[in-house]
Amino acid sequence: MSAVGGPGEHEHLLDVRDLAVTFPVKGGGLLRRTIGHVQAVSGVSFTLAPGETLGIVGESGCGKSTTCRAVLQLHRPTAGSVRFAGRELTTLSQRQLRAVRRDLQIVFQDPYASLNPTMPVNDIVAEPLKIHGRWGRTGPGRTGPDRVAELLRIVGLTPEHGNRYPHEISGGQRQRVGLARALALQPRLLVLDEPVSALDVSVRAGIVNLLADLQDRLGLGYLLIAHDLSVVRHLCDRVAVMYLGRIVETGTRDDVYTRPMHPYTRALLSAAPTPDPEVERRRERIILAGDVPSPVNPPSGCRFRTRCGMARDRCASEVPALVDRAGGHPVACHFAEIREVPRDVDRTRPEQR
Amino acid sequence: MAVPREKPGPRNGPGDGGAETLLSVQDLTVRFPTADGTVDAVRGLTYTLAAHEVLGIVGESGSGKSASSLAVLGLLPPTARVAGTVTFRGRDVLGMRSGERRSLRGRRIAMIFQDPLAALNPVHTVGDQLVEAVRAHQAVSRKAARARAADMLDLVGLPRPEGSLGAYPHELSGGMRQRVLIAMAVINEPDVIIADEPTTALDVTVQAQILDTLIAVKDAVAAAIVLITHDLGVIAGMADRVLVMYAGRAVETGGTARVFASPRMPYTVGLLGSVPTPDSAGGQLWPIPGAPPSLIDLPEGCPFSPRCPLAADRCRQEEPRLVPADGRGHHVACHRWAEVAGRDVSADLFRGLRPGPTGGPG
Repeated sequence: MSAVGGPGEHEHLLDVRDLAVTFPVKGGGLLRRTIGHVQAVSGVSFTLAPGETLGIVGESGCGKSTTCRAVLQLHRPTAGSVRFAGRELTTLSQRQLRAVRRDLQIVFQDPYASLNPTMPVNDIVAEPLKIHGRWGRTGPGRTGPDRVAELLRIVGLTPEHGNRYPHEISGGQRQRVGLARALALQPRLLVLDEPVSALDVSVRAGIVNLLADLQDRLGLGYLLIAHDLSVVRHLCDRVAVMYLGRIVETGTRDDVYTRPMHPYTRALLSAAPTPDPEVERRRERIILAGDVPSPVNPPSGCRFRTRCGMARDRCASEVPALVDRAGGHPVACHFAEIREVPRDVDRTRPEQR
Repeated sequence: MAVPREKPGPRNGPGDGGAETLLSVQDLTVRFPTADGTVDAVRGLTYTLAAHEVLGIVGESGSGKSASSLAVLGLLPPTARVAGTVTFRGRDVLGMRSGERRSLRGRRIAMIFQDPLAALNPVHTVGDQLVEAVRAHQAVSRKAARARAADMLDLVGLPRPEGSLGAYPHELSGGMRQRVLIAMAVINEPDVIIADEPTTALDVTVQAQILDTLIAVKDAVAAAIVLITHDLGVIAGMADRVLVMYAGRAVETGGTARVFASPRMPYTVGLLGSVPTPDSAGGQLWPIPGAPPSLIDLPEGCPFSPRCPLAADRCRQEEPRLVPADGRGHHVACHRWAEVAGRDVSADLFRGLRPGPTGGPG
C-alpha cells in the first residue's frame, strides 16, 4: 500500500515547528476595523511518524482544531513551518496543495453535516476519485465502482449501503462513509477531528475499533483531536495537551496519563469521569477555579497561572518553555519537578461527596 | 422578608428505607403522532424518587429519557399523547389543571436544561430573571427577591454575585450560565431538581465544577435530583441509583454500585463495555452491534433482541417485564438475565457473537 512506504522509515511524516495562527478581531463599527488579534495557536511544535497516532487534547478554545486546520493549510499559519513527508506546505500555492491533499485527508465530527444530503453514498465516496482524476475504466491508476465497493467493505459497510442517501443510514454508518471517502485516495495521514463525539456510546466503540484496525492494515498516521480523554488514551501512541493556544505537556500515552507533570494535565485527567462508581467515590478531584481566560488578552507569563493552584510570582513574569526534563516528556511549567499537587493549596480541593 | 431556608439537612442514602417517596411515575407512556406514523417515545416507564436521593437516568439518543421528564413537568408540545400516572407527594400531576401544575413546576419541581443560552432570556439581566423566578411563586418584595437572587448566585459560586445580577446571559461563559440556571432552579428551594444533560455542552474541567456545585446546592436546599445523561462516568460519580433506558422503557435499575459491578441486562453490559478504560488502551473494545431501533416501528418482543447476543425465540416474541434480579432493589427486563450473571465481562458476552435472524447461541 502506498501509505506504508514514504521517504525513509525514520523520517517524520509530519513535522510542525513553531506554528502560530493569529486571527484579527474586528470592531463593530461601519468600517469593521481590526481592533486586536487573537493568538489562537502560538509556538506549537510536534512530529508524527508514519503509522503513529498523536492525540491533541484540551478544552474548547485551546487551539486544537485550529492547529489541525493549519496543518492542512485550511487556515494559513501566521508563522512557523509545516513539513509533510519532507515538503514544506506553508509556501505552496492552492494548486500545489491540491496534489498534496491526496495524502492528507480529514474526517469531521458531524458526519451528517459533512456528507452531501443529495448524493447517494456511492457518489460521495467516488467524489474524491473524480476530483483528482482517478475515475474511469482506462488509464494508469484509474479506478471505478469496484474501488468504491472495496472502500465500503474496508469500513464495514455493504455494497447495498452505497445506494442509500445519508439520511437513510445511521450515525455510525454515516461516519463510516466519511472514513471511506477520506481513504479513497490512499492518504498517508488522516486528521480526525472529534471523529466519535457525535455518536452514541454503543456505536462509538465500533468506530474506535475500525480506526485502530484501519491504521494497522493501511499504516496510516493519525492526528486525532478529541475532548474525550478515554478515546484518546485508547487510540493514541503519543499525546499533546493544549491550553490556550500552547502545548503544555507532551509525551507517550503512559507518560501523560499515568505520570502527568503539568498541573493542567492533572486537573484535566482528574476531572474526567470514569464509569466506575468505586473509582469515582475514591477519587480526589482537582476542581479548577474559574474559566479559561480570553485568548484576545491572555495572562502574562504562564497562561494557566490564573487557574493554577501552584502559581508563584515567577509564573506571571516568565513564560515557561516546553522543556524535556525526563526522557521524552516535555512540560511547560516552572515547577514541573514537583510531582504531587500539594493538597493544601487553596484552589485545590478534593471533590465534596 | 427572605424566604425561609431551613429544611431537613442530612443527605439520606437510598438504602435507609425511611426516605419519603417524592415523585412516583407509573406506567408512563408518551406518543407523538407524525406523518410517518406514531412515535412511541416512552412505553410504560415506572420509577420512584425518594427524598434527597440522586437518581441517574441513562440512555442513548431516542431512548425516551428526555421525553419522559418533559412529560412529568407537563412541558411537551400539545400534540404529544401522555398517559399513565405521575404523583408528587401523593398528588396526581398529570390530571392537574394547568395553573396548579405551573405552581408545582419551578416551585416544587425545578428543571435544569442542557443549553443554558437557550434557557435564559437574552434581553433580560440575570438578576431580573432570578427575581421573576422568585416572584412567580412567592409573594415577596422585589428587594427581598433580589437579595435572595444574590445569595443564590453566591451559593452556586458566581464571583461578585451582586455585580453579576446586572449581567446579560451573553456576557457570561457557558459554565457561568449553567450556574445561573442552577441558581434559578433552586431559588425556590424545590424538592426535586430534574437535570437534563446539565453538563453535556461543557468542557470537562467546567463539568467537574458544575457537578460539584450541583451536589453542594442540592445539599443546601435538601432536594432530590433526577439526573438525565448519556455519560456513564457522570452517573457513576453522582447517582445513588441508576435507571437504564432503552427504546422507551427501563431495562435495568438498581443501586449504582451494584448495576455497574454486576449488570444483568445485556444492553447495560454492552454499554459499559463500549467505553474505553485505562485497561483497554491499545486493545479491542466490544461494541454492541447494530443501532437502536426506530421508535415508529419497533420489533416484536424485546426491542434489544436484534442486537443481543443472547436473544432466543422467546425474546423475539414476548417483551420482558422489569423483574427483581438478585434482590436488593436490582430490577432487570430480560428473559435471560440469569445467564448474564455468569459472564459479567462484556468481552465475554459480545466477543465473536453476532446476533442474526436465527438468534444467538443457546
